Amino acid sequence: MNLHLNVNGREHDAEDVWPGESLLYVLRERLGHPGSKNACEQGECGSCSVYLDGALVCACLVLAAQAEGRAVVTVEGLNEGGDLHPVQQAYLDAGAVQCGFCTPGLVVSTHSLLSRNAEPSDAEIREALAGNLCRCTGYVKIFDAVRLAAMRAQGGG
Amino acid sequence: MEILSPSSLQEALLAKSETPSAVPMAGGTDLMVELNFDRRRPDAILDLTRVPELNGWERADGVIRLGAGVTYARLVAEIAPELPGLAIAARTVGSPQIRNRGTVGGNLGSASPAGDALPPLLAAGAQVVLASATGSRSMPLTAFITGPKTTSLEPGELITAVSVPVATGPQQFSKIGTRNAMVIAVASFALALHPERQAVTTGIGSAGPRPLMATAAESFLKGVLDEEGLWDTHGPILPAAAIRFGELVADAAQPIDDIRGTIRYRRHALGVLARRTLGWAWGDLRKGSR
Ligand SMILES: Cc1cc2nc3c(=O)[nH]c(=O)nc-3n(C[C@H](O)[C@H](O)[C@H](O)COP(=O)(O)OP(=O)(O)OC[C@H]3O[C@@H](n4cnc5c(N)ncnc54)[C@H](O)[C@@H]3O)c2cc1C
Ligand code: FES
Ligand code: FES
Repeated sequence: MNLHLNVNGREHDAEDVWPGESLLYVLRERLGHPGSKNACEQGECGSCSVYLDGALVCACLVLAAQAEGRAVVTVEGLNEGGDLHPVQQAYLDAGAVQCGFCTPGLVVSTHSLLSRNAEPSDAEIREALAGNLCRCTGYVKIFDAVRLAAMRAQGGG
Repeated sequence: MEILSPSSLQEALLAKSETPSAVPMAGGTDLMVELNFDRRRPDAILDLTRVPELNGWERADGVIRLGAGVTYARLVAEIAPELPGLAIAARTVGSPQIRNRGTVGGNLGSASPAGDALPPLLAAGAQVVLASATGSRSMPLTAFITGPKTTSLEPGELITAVSVPVATGPQQFSKIGTRNAMVIAVASFALALHPERQAVTTGIGSAGPRPLMATAAESFLKGVLDEEGLWDTHGPILPAAAIRFGELVADAAQPIDDIRGTIRYRRHALGVLARRTLGWAWGDLRKGSR
């Protein structure tokens, strides 16, 4: 089957898609967007987190056909005119990236959190990132990154 | 494999009657895992996400008709005051990503004994609404779920909605798992108080082949509340009565040993959950909030 979807503001067509493919597979293997990572394919790790029509979802759990005609934003679409998005910059500055496999998903989830809640408490950060696993950092620096991004967005730091 | 993408309920029901083997997909949070791991390879998938009739809810005559395709996130954002028990359970499902996609209809369709929406729906007295190309019918949740992952859904039918009476008193839900988020419940319990008809209703999850009501515990507690006039005074429930309530809830369970927990642990946990939720719900009643 053929699919048409908007990814990061640009229209894309994917041809000869097997109907059972996930949105994650189509993004990575057919549309050249390898930013979203494939780690578990069962919704457990969040490394494939993207926006689908504005809602944070696991791309591995969306049937690609369900995204037909809809708008997807991936980690590649967050940067602003070539500069890193402040959330991305905060992850780098806080040292919250080790192997980096979880980072794209965490960046998108953090972006979603801060767009709803500009000054999240630690409990709110924990809740918002509960669906994103990191096997390296122990999460301390990830929390630092979220707080740094929030503070900078408020005009501090 | 073929994808059927109806854009109205009528089209969806027609497609289901023409291709009864088509597997419905709502949020895909259960079904996609099976596809990704090649555990299931249906000839056709019926995508329900573009069917507007399934994606809304309405209130009439003290009942919320919740479309099968309403996600946990919307339920929490839009109908928590009317369906407090279900909303508490919805907040515990998976992660934000899962709650943005997963639906109550999908939880019913999967009919997992661990489905978190099921105990609060049972305690609230919900009716499941099914439709086919030739008509519709509804039945209590206890009749809909016939066993672990089995339902009375016929091949030509879809779940269209669940009808849930608006809460008239406090409702609570609690579940036990290895951490707070992203867990399949080892045991769960839902409680609803109905002060206007002086009744108590319950739902046990993850501790039986399907969600169960603890009827002996319900009538015991009602007896205590009636006898001591507590429905009117809102006075404290004695610890001995709360403990007995917990024991009767534990007795009503039909748990099994599995990788998540043993029979003994599940019964013990249920006793604790029952006492705890009773304490919260009674506290809500005394505060006059629901
Ligand atoms: C990481 C992760 C965490 C999870 N955590 C929890 C949790 O904490 N608690 C919990 O209860 N569940 C949890 N789940 C399971 C799942 O999210 C829920 O069961 C959810 O309610 C399924 O809804 P869905 O719309 O995604 O279902 P789908 O996957 O779309 O469908 C599930 C089943 O229902 C059928 N179905 C769906 N809609 C209809 C309909 N209208 N008519 C007839 N049949 C239908 C489908 O054919 C399928 O068999 C989790 C899943 C994942 C991946
Ligand atoms: S790859 Fe999608 S959640 Fe892990
Ligand atoms: S940095 Fe390696 S998984 Fe998070």
